[in-house]
Amino acid sequence: MNIFNEIKENFIISYKAITANKLRSFLATLGIVIGITSVTLMQTVIEGINRAFEKSISAVGADVLYVQKFEWFGKEDWSFYRNRKDITMNQYDYLERNIQTAASVCPSAGTNKTLKYRDFVLENVFVLGTTAAYQETFAANMEEGRFFTQKESDGGYPVCIIGMDIRKAFFENADPIGKTIKIGTYSFRIIGVVEKQGSLLGLVSLDNRVIVPIDRFFNLFGNKRSLSINIKAADINDLGETKEEVISIMRKARKVEFGERDDFGVNQQEAFKSTYESLTSLIKIIGSLITSLSLIVGSVGIANIMFVSVKERTKEIGIRKAIGAKKRTILLQFLIESVSICLLGGLIGLMISVPISLIINAFVLPTAMPLWVIILGLIVSVIFGVLAGFFPAYNAAKMNAVDSLRYE
Amino acid sequence: MENNLIDLKGIEKVYIMGTEVLYALKGVDLKINKNEYIAIMGPSGSGKSTLMNIIGCLDTPTSGEYFLNGKNVSEMDDDELAEIRNLEIGFVFQTFNLLARSNALHNVELPLIYKGLPKAERIEKAEEALYNVGLEDRMTHKPNELSGGQRQRVAIARALVNDPSIILADEPTGNLDTKTGQEIMQLLEELNQKGNTIIIVTHEEEIAMHAHRVVKIRDGKIESDVKSEKGRAMSERKEILI
Repeated sequence: MNIFNEIKENFIISYKAITANKLRSFLATLGIVIGITSVTLMQTVIEGINRAFEKSISAVGADVLYVQKFEWFGKEDWSFYRNRKDITMNQYDYLERNIQTAASVCPSAGTNKTLKYRDFVLENVFVLGTTAAYQETFAANMEEGRFFTQKESDGGYPVCIIGMDIRKAFFENADPIGKTIKIGTYSFRIIGVVEKQGSLLGLVSLDNRVIVPIDRFFNLFGNKRSLSINIKAADINDLGETKEEVISIMRKARKVEFGERDDFGVNQQEAFKSTYESLTSLIKIIGSLITSLSLIVGSVGIANIMFVSVKERTKEIGIRKAIGAKKRTILLQFLIESVSICLLGGLIGLMISVPISLIINAFVLPTAMPLWVIILGLIVSVIFGVLAGFFPAYNAAKMNAVDSLRYE
Repeated sequence: MENNLIDLKGIEKVYIMGTEVLYALKGVDLKINKNEYIAIMGPSGSGKSTLMNIIGCLDTPTSGEYFLNGKNVSEMDDDELAEIRNLEIGFVFQTFNLLARSNALHNVELPLIYKGLPKAERIEKAEEALYNVGLEDRMTHKPNELSGGQRQRVAIARALVNDPSIILADEPTGNLDTKTGQEIMQLLEELNQKGNTIIIVTHEEEIAMHAHRVVKIRDGKIESDVKSEKGRAMSERKEILI
């Protein structure tokens, strides 16, 4: 018999068998329903946590390299990094002049100061000194006003860009552009507001900062500081190449002898990711294993039901064999029945978990059940159906026709 | 002798149950021709069921050879036997052995499914078979909605649908009242007249009388093999006709 026809006929047979005993079929699928629900929800939550993490580090910029004294998540002592030579404006100039594979390069230095506007005071605001290239490097979009120009940044004009938190604290609904605020004891004119950035890892608000030209920053707040040189790669796919170039230029600029290790760090978003991965991968694996346990329990239940079903239908198997069913046909019949039950359970499980994932998305954690989880859920159902059904079906297939016909 | 439909040569069947060895058949030789109507009789434990299972290709002999339509069936494996059963043998059982969850049409369709026929052809043949046993208005009924006689007719339709070489009926009237039993025997008689080869296994003399040849089994051997009066009459009539 044609195998496709056979499979089709067997689906019809299993449909009858499943609907003939609705309560039992329902109870049999329950384990798989719970298993698939928990497995897919677990994956969805993991996906949500991943997304939340990626969002929280998006401000770091996937295509931006940070040349700094420190290495993010470096293994050495803090003092080891601190004792390195500072990264200076000269080195920035040298890098900026020589680099080929960068879209833009900007230096940055920061400190915390108190901000004042009329009677309002904001303490511990991060003040960032940089150049006009900052805007391109970090793709900073303006909510209001504009970023400072090359001329303003080179000339060290007393202008500043504020973050949304500061805008809200100082101006509510008033227009901030053109107003003068005090950073420490020095006056700056506001020329722009950066759109809302959120926070880094949910800890550091990126909207509670003020950006000023780096020359003025050095003049007012001191220039004995180590810079961060921020390089946006020309092509994110060639980030590695850009990194190589940055390292070689920086070694020249800092006169690192051949054979000695770099005395600076080239940091990138990847460092956050790999640290995150190493922290969470074990939890994810254990979570996945625990949820798959319920699936295994479910399939043991199906196997049990299938053994009973085969036993009960011994006579039917005998009849089918007497009128010409081959071993393969009987094997397939029960295998397909078991797969159908599991697939049904999987579908019901998905019908439960997809809405729950939407609820999680709406109220708990921005997430969405990825398509691959749905497909995986269905494939896993089929696999467990085959696993659960194989031995019962094999038992049925190898039954002796004479004995099973006589079975009452 | 080439028109022997069934040719059993020295068939033995031995069951080993624990330490006991049971000789169910002790060398049976039997030839059955096409279009015969034969009854196999014997008390319980005589080996007639074993013989029926072997003739029906449900079981294989321990030794001896069985040729069905010229094919050596005694050396076939399970799946080959399944195919022979599907194509060559139509079973009619004492307990009907219909699939309880399926309606009459589907029960009759089943051998055709295993044969691999397309749906439309299956339905057509199954409907025709049910029509031939007088159940054209009961096709969508399930076995529990049918009387005993009707169930046995469904079983006969199922046995006929693949146009087999043999109809093998095991106590076909055992679960029926006398009148219905008579009707079923009448139906088998008609089928024989249309050219079907029929083998009935029974322990009832009355039923065996319908057949044209009666083979009696006792203790795993053929005790007697005689043409019944009906059979003699039939062959005489044939001779006259010739």
